[in-house]
Amino acid sequence: MLNYDLAVIGGGPAGMAAALEAKENGVEKIIILERAAVLGGILEQCIHAGFGLHYFKEELSGPEYAHRFIELVEKTDIDVKVDTMVLTIEDNNIITATNNTDGLIQIKAKAIILAMGCRERPRGAINIAGSRCSGIMTAGTAQKYVNIDGYMPGHKIVILGSGDIGLIMARRMSLEGAKVQMVCELQPYSNGLTRNIVQCLDDMGIPLKLSCTVVAAHGKERLEGVTIADVDERLCPIPGTEKFVECDTLLLSIGLIPENELTRMAGISLDRITNGAVVDEYRQTEREGIFACGNVLQVHDLVDYVTIESKLAGKGAAKYIKGESFGGDYVETKGTDGVRYIVPQKINRDTDCDVNLYFRVGSVYKGAKLVVKCGDNVIMTKKRPRMCPSEMETVTIKKDIISSLPDGEALTVSVEE
Amino acid sequence: MIKNIICVSCPMGCPISVEIDDGTGEVVNVTGNTCPRGKAYAITECTAPVRMLTSTVKVKGGRTAMVPVKTSAPIPKGMMFDIMKEINSVEVSSPVKLGQVIIENVLNTGADIIATNDD
Repeated sequence: MLNYDLAVIGGGPAGMAAALEAKENGVEKIIILERAAVLGGILEQCIHAGFGLHYFKEELSGPEYAHRFIELVEKTDIDVKVDTMVLTIEDNNIITATNNTDGLIQIKAKAIILAMGCRERPRGAINIAGSRCSGIMTAGTAQKYVNIDGYMPGHKIVILGSGDIGLIMARRMSLEGAKVQMVCELQPYSNGLTRNIVQCLDDMGIPLKLSCTVVAAHGKERLEGVTIADVDERLCPIPGTEKFVECDTLLLSIGLIPENELTRMAGISLDRITNGAVVDEYRQTEREGIFACGNVLQVHDLVDYVTIESKLAGKGAAKYIKGESFGGDYVETKGTDGVRYIVPQKINRDTDCDVNLYFRVGSVYKGAKLVVKCGDNVIMTKKRPRMCPSEMETVTIKKDIISSLPDGEALTVSVEE
Repeated sequence: MIKNIICVSCPMGCPISVEIDDGTGEVVNVTGNTCPRGKAYAITECTAPVRMLTSTVKVKGGRTAMVPVKTSAPIPKGMMFDIMKEINSVEVSSPVKLGQVIIENVLNTGADIIATNDD
């Protein structure tokens, strides 16, 4: 059995930032366990620019952003095991993992940070009718084929879902000579960042069809085309609007699922909306000493925010290891009237820091206000010229306000038009 | 001529209309922007639009088949596909270091193609 102060599961941007912050806060023995062959996580294949504008105040590509953290990790005495798959987390913080060189290993850690990231929703999640021909894959799979393995998975493409990975791949495939026929989006609004709509679709002359979905896939060995249809307000296909679109490849960019198998196995309860753990302001889950950060906790738009969140988890784990804890009296947070969820879901009443609440709204709002309340007491209102589900929102609550909130009342955030 | 664009300077995404003199090609009027940054973006976008270009280059003997690259500075938007041809015509050998120049002054744009990862 290996003994560590802190074990971080996942060596992507979340895991690296959390481990580094814990190190900076005096934690001595740290190990990062990474499933892939190298540190960096999904950033390895995100070769496009646009990372780091908030955190580093400069525009980097994914590999460059990752590289900055990999270099920092390499300068420390943080142990890293790559090609290593964590299998279980047991009650007493014993992690069982496996790899090709060590076989089966057990690691006992005082604290654990969960930073496993997320995966893409696959075809099975949306039940597209039709055959099981080749040529249907997630946008991220295509991204790996093109950017890492160096081959084109198709030449005539339809993309379902306007998530950022889908938009990025629309441009990438176009630049490599493919014809991207269209991007279909079920919702009446795009699910990607505005800059991606402009620079990935408009630049390449790719149409974005809103309120439109793929209802059938055609082809025997290889995909030959898809049937698209418009959808009504209830997102159901409208009979009579079906059209055949020729393509050899259908890319799916229809959402991300936090990879919480280990979290569930550890008996940690998940938020029904985020599909991530319920956490406090230092991202501690309901199991003392187990923290979660990054896309395994909530799907972020920008890696910059993953880094910021993960540093909180690293700091929290360091506090826990040093035996600094709070009274265990929590203020709960709750999104209402247009706010779908809030992370963190609870805040220590006697916390030592100002707390940023992160959340998403349920639809597009123009000129609306965010209202933070505790019971009937309005704590603050913030004007927001534009809010949409694809852009994460945040408000900061000062620690003095948190400590002065009345018992038994939740802190709520809502949208007022 | 009126060009309609969406501003990407911030998440607001203002729809901006830019009136361009058909004779001189110069911007005569900008409407729809809610801030000066929007106006500046609209003018550049309609007169001399530029983009950062990222792609990959084949690498022999590396950890992976491709190494990611980018332009060292934004390049004219209209040259993206020509520069892609240049990028796809080269092959490098491992080791490649992040920041290494792969193509110098690509198509006389003043921008280099540089590696954005080790391989």
